[in-house]
Amino acid sequence: MPALQCVADPQVTAPLVEIRDVNFAYDNRPILKGINMSIPKGKLVAIMGLSGCGKTTILRHIGGVLKPTGGSVKVDGQVMHELDHHGLYAMRRKMGMLFQFGALFTDMTVFDNVAFQMREHTDLPEEVIRDLVMMKLHAVGLRGTHNLMPAELSGGMARRVALARTIALDPMLIMYDEPFAGLDPISLTVVGELIRKLNDALGATSIVVTHDVQESLKIVDYVYFVADGAIIAEGTADDIRASGEAFVKQFVHGEMDGPIPFHYPGGDYRQDLGVHV
Amino acid sequence: MPITKTLRAIGSRSVNAVWRIGYASRFFVMTLFYSGPSFKRFRLIVKEMFSSGVMSLIIILVAGMFVGMVLGLQGFETLKRYGSESALGSLVALSLVRELGPVLAALLFASRAGSAMTAEIGLMKATEQISAMEMMAVNPIARVVAPRFWAGVISMPLLAALFSAMGVFGGYVVGVVLIGVDEGSFWSQMQASVDFQHDVLNGVIKSFVFGLAVTAIALFEGYDAPPTAEGVSGATTRTVVQSSLAILMLDFILTAFMFRGD
Amino acid sequence: MERTTLDLWVGAFVVAGLAALVVLALKVGNLSTYNVSESYQLQAHFTNVGGLKPTASVRSSGVLVGRVTSITLDTERYEARVTMSIDKRYQFPKDTFANILTSGLLGEQYIGLLPGGDDVMLKEGEEFKQTQSAVVLEDLIGKFFTTSVDAK
Repeated sequence: MPALQCVADPQVTAPLVEIRDVNFAYDNRPILKGINMSIPKGKLVAIMGLSGCGKTTILRHIGGVLKPTGGSVKVDGQVMHELDHHGLYAMRRKMGMLFQFGALFTDMTVFDNVAFQMREHTDLPEEVIRDLVMMKLHAVGLRGTHNLMPAELSGGMARRVALARTIALDPMLIMYDEPFAGLDPISLTVVGELIRKLNDALGATSIVVTHDVQESLKIVDYVYFVADGAIIAEGTADDIRASGEAFVKQFVHGEMDGPIPFHYPGGDYRQDLGVHV
Repeated sequence: MPITKTLRAIGSRSVNAVWRIGYASRFFVMTLFYSGPSFKRFRLIVKEMFSSGVMSLIIILVAGMFVGMVLGLQGFETLKRYGSESALGSLVALSLVRELGPVLAALLFASRAGSAMTAEIGLMKATEQISAMEMMAVNPIARVVAPRFWAGVISMPLLAALFSAMGVFGGYVVGVVLIGVDEGSFWSQMQASVDFQHDVLNGVIKSFVFGLAVTAIALFEGYDAPPTAEGVSGATTRTVVQSSLAILMLDFILTAFMFRGD
Repeated sequence: MERTTLDLWVGAFVVAGLAALVVLALKVGNLSTYNVSESYQLQAHFTNVGGLKPTASVRSSGVLVGRVTSITLDTERYEARVTMSIDKRYQFPKDTFANILTSGLLGEQYIGLLPGGDDVMLKEGEEFKQTQSAVVLEDLIGKFFTTSVDAK
């Protein structure tokens, strides 16, 4: 597979994922408000923001798990919410998603986890599956763990096995939901590097949802900043680092006070303490 | 007004209950609809039969033995008063085959295998394994729910039969070996009163229905559980409570149909 | 696909479960008396069968020798015709009495055979000529009352 290099200009390459004016609400509570995104083929794009700002909801829309209340999500030229069951499943076979804590199947060995999709979706003979699984596990450096159960792996290893499972069928689009959550510094770097390398080696397009600024800015091509269900900033890693937007600044540099206040809104402090002056 | 408040609470609760029943029915129909793949890959069912059937074996066998022994003891004490100790065999066998075997085995199955199923599926949901499967274009109802369902439905009659057989043996040990009821009349009275179609087959049908109910409830509760630790533990409790009630209610209905003095 | 210990366990479980069913059917239940031994059909007419049911036992000297297979109303004689299948091993003389009896005061009803002394044995499809109907408790009580009223 020819690896698409990241030199391609977004305007030249047709976007793989196109999100147009997407609105979404849970029980009348708006989660997404007019999201627009365009993710070009071959790129590694990050969606950043605070917890609960709607980042994961965007991923679920791309995967067709949720239907937008307004607007549309187009993947590879097809509008996700207009697909029927078969069309949706056919589309999902071309996608891979790494869940927050890996979501490895706890009742299967590492080998069976990685082989899962091959067995479900292909008629490949067991020897071929074995070779493929070993190659995928080798790519994440964990060929030696194939006989272990997920419970026997460390957090970082589990994440890498999940990554191997995600790329089992060489997807065209890989989505990562908080891939860095709860990892030690070494695993953090390893997973970050793997995300970048696998994207380029597979010629895939990747979307990383994260609030880990430093690690993701090192590897991504483009960043969307989401706050309160809307995109408030976007640009390359350097643009974001240099951004003057108050919220982005607070977020990127991890400042304690800013647009997001340290104190949750409350009544008068003195009154709460019962001090009457 | 507290009364309107109460009324409103009752109303919304009933609406929710009806909603849930509808959702559960749809889930059940979907499970049947997507059962095809698990029969094509029977190994999936075999694997689940291990965790629901084989793992329940010990408790079923031990419980069956003791229930039979108690029946032997109590039955003898009662029958002795009427001088019909020889009917002990038929008393033990009839109570086991018609009622106690299917019902008690199903209750044990609900608390041993049903709760485990709920917890397992609830945890799979809480750790996003179900979502992951969906994102891999694999239908979790076909891949996770249906094999467990059929494994439970197949295992239950076998477990109930083992329970009854073990119980008859327990009754034999107490009645014949320990107390000294005549062995010949024990077995011949039993054979004379237990009818294959009327008793044994109806017992099997009962346990089949119970297996259906218990696994359906357990799987639904697991699938519907809120993806948190409290959610899963609550669902596990609900599985045991609801399936126990369902077993006893169904038992009454089935008994009324089957043994309506013909 | 290779065989695993899991398969062995599940296989053992299924075999044990089926064996338990067979035990329940043959040893505990009466399936063995249904089909296993060969049998022949005999008939008897009763003016009243009382609570006799199909599958009720047929006994001679307390030994189970067969089962009632069907009970129908013979519209020529307006009597109940009871068909029973009798174990081939047992033969009964032509003048055997067939009585409907009750095990205990309130127990199940069954047919008791009281063999006579005839040398000729009953063959397939033949009939017990001498029968005694079920004792209906209500009739008995009724009779008791009328006789006690008469006595006064």
